[in-house]
Amino acid sequence: MNGYEPMAEGAERGEKAPAPLWPGLAALAAATGYLIALLAAENQAFIISLLAAGIAAVLAAAWLRLLDRASRSFMDHEDALAGCAVVAALAVAAYFHEDHFVLLLVITVLLYTVATLGLNIQFGYAGVLNFAGASFFGIGAYTSAVLNAHTAIPHLIVLAFGGVLAALIGSLLLLPVLRTRGHYAAVVTIAFALLFKTFLEVNDVLGGPQGMQVPGMKILGWTFNDNIEIGKISLSFYMNYYVVSLLLLIGAFVVVRRLERSWIGLNLDALRLDETAASCFGLDVVRWKITAFLIGNFLIGIAGALFGMVGSFVAPNNYTFADSLILVSILLLGGIGNPWGLIVATFIVVIVPEKLQTIQEYRFLLYALLVIAVLLFRPEGLLPRPVRRYFPGWRP
Amino acid sequence: MDLGLFAQYVMNGLMLGMMYALVAVGFTLFFGVLDVIKFSHGDVVTVGAFTALAAFAGLHQLGFNSPWLDLVVMLVAGMLAMAALGMLIARYLVMPLRSAPALNTLLITLMLGTVLRESVRLFYPQGGNPKPFPALLPRNSIDLGSFNLRLDNVLMLAAGGLVVVGLQFLLNRTKLGLAIRAVAQDEETARTMGINFTAIVLVTFAIGSGLAAFAGVMNGLYYNEINFGIGLYLGVIGFSAAIIGGLGSIYGAILGGFLFAGLQTIGTVLLPFASAYKDVFAFAVVIAIMAWRPTGLIQEKISERV
Repeated sequence: MNGYEPMAEGAERGEKAPAPLWPGLAALAAATGYLIALLAAENQAFIISLLAAGIAAVLAAAWLRLLDRASRSFMDHEDALAGCAVVAALAVAAYFHEDHFVLLLVITVLLYTVATLGLNIQFGYAGVLNFAGASFFGIGAYTSAVLNAHTAIPHLIVLAFGGVLAALIGSLLLLPVLRTRGHYAAVVTIAFALLFKTFLEVNDVLGGPQGMQVPGMKILGWTFNDNIEIGKISLSFYMNYYVVSLLLLIGAFVVVRRLERSWIGLNLDALRLDETAASCFGLDVVRWKITAFLIGNFLIGIAGALFGMVGSFVAPNNYTFADSLILVSILLLGGIGNPWGLIVATFIVVIVPEKLQTIQEYRFLLYALLVIAVLLFRPEGLLPRPVRRYFPGWRP
Repeated sequence: MDLGLFAQYVMNGLMLGMMYALVAVGFTLFFGVLDVIKFSHGDVVTVGAFTALAAFAGLHQLGFNSPWLDLVVMLVAGMLAMAALGMLIARYLVMPLRSAPALNTLLITLMLGTVLRESVRLFYPQGGNPKPFPALLPRNSIDLGSFNLRLDNVLMLAAGGLVVVGLQFLLNRTKLGLAIRAVAQDEETARTMGINFTAIVLVTFAIGSGLAAFAGVMNGLYYNEINFGIGLYLGVIGFSAAIIGGLGSIYGAILGGFLFAGLQTIGTVLLPFASAYKDVFAFAVVIAIMAWRPTGLIQEKISERV
């Protein structure tokens, strides 16, 4: 993986002063405004022209080197801009506070991002392949379906159970995944994805092909499935889930980012790039692969558990191999190893087909073609992973 | 268990094994010349079967009604179309990524598989539903006690056997086969000996994909039904069969195909709940085998996989 190419080239390399904050802020504000406009649009012709305008604007910004400045600003002021991104997410929620559908859509984006952050640890850092992402997501969702319906376990703990169960079931695959490499590990996870979906379809306990209802979330007596009335303002009940999903995403993002910067991330990078060399330097390859695989599945499982409660329904058809491939497409489109890229890519992959009804049916086909094009022409993804910064303020 | 029932199971196992073997041989051929795994291979099987089905529909439109003519045209159309498709895939998707990380090749062929699968589902008339496949072979059968030996099954097995023998002849007795084996063994040396590497790779992909189309038609004739999703299943099982036999060896792939079918049949017979869980069992076996013997039962001398 060529995640180590410098992002910015040319004149400003070697510059010592930190990049200004405003290009990042401007980019974030523009993206938020654009997102609100896109989500609010109803007319198909308008949506198409809006999408075309968005692509044109990004290309123009790239041509004018504005994107470089924005990304440098993100590198130097990451924490401040991450805070602004949370504010932006809250602004989107405030704008659509009554709109069930839009809120559900954005929640889907948030939770898919958590899941792909998990995959990112596996693919992007440790280089462990996992083509059963949607299956582990499904394990989380089914966990919350079963536990919410049959037990009185507090629902926040159910979320954790979803993650733990996904990691536990994933650990059944550890032996074959660790003993094999590359294509062979891939076939193990593909076989698991097919097995999981068939298993859900043929067994009766978990609802068979029809799936199951998932009771809504409840925390300390606060029922999530009721609309909220504050004075004259009424908020959609999805707002509850929105807040929880956003908190989950923030938590996952911080964990993944810290993990990447820490010595653990350094170890994972080393063993992805060259396993033999890594073990010569005394890194325990097996241990780190297991760690990455389990943490990744844990994140995917938590996201799935919450998604099950949000959607209030689970069925085998939502967790097929094709859905796993969509998760991998997001990863590849965003740029493997770059959590910021994942957020952008998830927005594109989840929202575009929902808004553009004509392509809804063709989405698997289009994503597959898109990934083929990315692989052939821009294998590093839309936002390639920047070079690791070993010291604060250091730049390549 | 009485003998007739046993013979019935053996027959089913042999049919399954022949199909798996034909798919597995493709994986082995591609791995031999390019050292890549082409995950879209299973979906080439599906597209081949659907091409043959389209050829059948076309013949009926034209007013031909002879089953043998139908069968020949279907096979030729399916195999030629898939050979061409295989060459296109090799030329424009697999070969350009030769120097890229292995993950990229893996992803591009996986995504291509999705493209093929979804194209069949979306663009073939009612491709999303299981399609009836015409029963073109004579359906006479001989009753041997409780065992019902069907002529069409025997014919299919014989045809599959002939194809395997033909492939074996091609690889071991012709100049083309010599070139393929040379490229598989050592690309550099083969090039210096004046072998056109690109041409050989393309021909190999054509042969493998043609075999896939044959397997697809056979699958359709055997089950009298095809479904756009079977390719994924056949692909994973075929790949596992190729691994069991030790990737890179033709005999190993054939052996692996039959072995896998045998395991699956035994599993279905012995486990009381297995008929519903047939596919779950099959994929569990795939995972277990990968855990137990990742290099296959017949090991390669040099293995870089584990």
